[in-house]
Amino acid sequence: MDNLDFYAVDSSLSEEERAVRDSVRRFVDERVLPIIGHCYVEGRFPKELIPEMGSMGLFGANLPEEYGCAGLNNVAYGLIMQELERGDSGVRSFASVQGALVMYPIYAFGSEEQKKRYLPQMATGQVIGCFGLTEPDFGSNPAGMITTAKEQGDGSFVLNGAKMWITNGSTAHVAIIWAKTGTDQDSIRGFLVPTDTRGFTAKDQKGKLSLRASDTSEIVLQDVCVPKGNLLPKSGGLKSPLMCLTQARYGISWGALGAAMACFEEATSYAKQRVMFDRPIGGFQLQQQRLAEMLTEIVKAQLLVLHLGRLKDAGTYTPQQVSLAKRNNVNMATDIAREARRLLGANGILAEYASMRHMENLESVYTYEGTHDVHTLILGQAITGLNAFN
Amino acid sequence: MKIAVCIKRVPDTETRIKVAGTTKIDEAGVKFIANPYDEFAVEAALQLKQKAGGEIVAVSLGPDSAQETIRTALAMGADRGLHLKTDGQPYDTLAVAHALAAELKGYDVILLGKMAIDDYNHAMGPALAELLGLPCVSAVISLTIDGAKGAAEREVEGGVEVLSFPLPAVITTDKGLNKPRLPTLPGIMAAKKKPMESKPAALGTVRVTVRSLALPPERPAGRIIGEGAAAVPELIRLLQTEAKVL
Repeated sequence: MDNLDFYAVDSSLSEEERAVRDSVRRFVDERVLPIIGHCYVEGRFPKELIPEMGSMGLFGANLPEEYGCAGLNNVAYGLIMQELERGDSGVRSFASVQGALVMYPIYAFGSEEQKKRYLPQMATGQVIGCFGLTEPDFGSNPAGMITTAKEQGDGSFVLNGAKMWITNGSTAHVAIIWAKTGTDQDSIRGFLVPTDTRGFTAKDQKGKLSLRASDTSEIVLQDVCVPKGNLLPKSGGLKSPLMCLTQARYGISWGALGAAMACFEEATSYAKQRVMFDRPIGGFQLQQQRLAEMLTEIVKAQLLVLHLGRLKDAGTYTPQQVSLAKRNNVNMATDIAREARRLLGANGILAEYASMRHMENLESVYTYEGTHDVHTLILGQAITGLNAFN
Repeated sequence: MKIAVCIKRVPDTETRIKVAGTTKIDEAGVKFIANPYDEFAVEAALQLKQKAGGEIVAVSLGPDSAQETIRTALAMGADRGLHLKTDGQPYDTLAVAHALAAELKGYDVILLGKMAIDDYNHAMGPALAELLGLPCVSAVISLTIDGAKGAAEREVEGGVEVLSFPLPAVITTDKGLNKPRLPTLPGIMAAKKKPMESKPAALGTVRVTVRSLALPPERPAGRIIGEGAAAVPELIRLLQTEAKVL
């Protein structure tokens, strides 16, 4: 029995879903894993992978073929995220941002002209995007954002404000900036802002101890003027960016599973080979308990996201269900990564092993796209009908 | 140019094989892949088509699951599939070669891996060429087709052999010939819509069958006999008396 498919979940996947998973798995094995440890230590995103990720069709893969995307179902899309994050959370984050946070809002809220102009080029990776919602003082509370977009007499908009923790911010060609056109959260609209527009600056945030193989930037918008045609016409209110986050969180719940699988696989292989007290450490009860706990959590997480994916494909899933999956899967992956690192002993602190890298990455994943705590409150509200946010 | 690629479904090399009964492997939980040597053949076919145009048919013989392997080749870029249906995977190379040869008349180039990683027979290419009356160039690491002429390189003991041959021909591919492309996600989606014909395989007489299958004996765990120079005499003694390699 394959440890990573202990419950024969594969038998619930279609041939096409398995083919997608296997192809991305090979891509990650051949292209990502050999270099990612170095990238992480150097603190750089492996940009050289973008063209191949594009030609593989990894960006916005669940969007329709008519816009140059692969047109996959959401389970296949989830499997892509799982495999990418089996490599590194930073690589998966790149694909999440490009697909779920930039291509998706263009698809969902954009005009036909915007879709035709951006989606095919973003699917191939020729155009890279970023998503500007979070601000220095407004993370878990995006409704409070202070970035503004003032409509001018000619219909154009002038944007002012600052955004923070923006993945791909410094590499992006186009940013989706969320800004208030009035004073309340219902006035939030999305804007396509080419990053070479005057007044737009992006600066990488230095000194990260997590997601080191990913670019994270601060964006400053100073009197950035965009034409009327850059407004995402169907965006309206805080609900629009939150819809994007639901898409991304769905992918994250699969991605975290991939990171957990990588750590479990590494820990299992190490436990069988590492000899201490004259026998493999996998023969000791303490390590077996670690591995048994890991496997149990992985199996539960696999079944959880698969069912969530089927609900999403049926069009009946809810954001609260996504919150539960994101919260559970990232949390369990964080625990598994830490336990795997401990099982690896001193070797576990080296970049040549993946578990500590995943452990550090997952602290970001635990925190972004709705912190663990925020998802707890979303579930609390779903259960009781009482809002604990304010 | 009419190009055919033969491709076989084999267990993944990383799968832990269990024997079911005496002559078959237990397929439960076993992951199957396209034979890696056949992937070199598919890639060679795709490169050939890119240069010379034409059509690539991907052929596989086996039970219905062989269609999945054909779709791998279609996802990589082959144009249509041909499934020669059998019950189970026959072992006899010549019997299978008869079935393939019956379908592969009229092709300019027939490509396949030099061997399948499940049976290591290395025999299908030569057998097929013989039945079709075509030249066979086996285990190529370099291949050039120019009009109706081909040139290939093979690795031989201590050097490289350079060959020329006329088309049509049967060519078997070795590691090093190319780097097979991965199926892209749009390719996987497109593969579903490409034509796939399935018909019963006209197997030749089956004369070779598997009598029994056995796993290699488990390797005993390693042993530490001491450290540094002090351990050398004991190591030499064990290499002479126990391992008998000195």
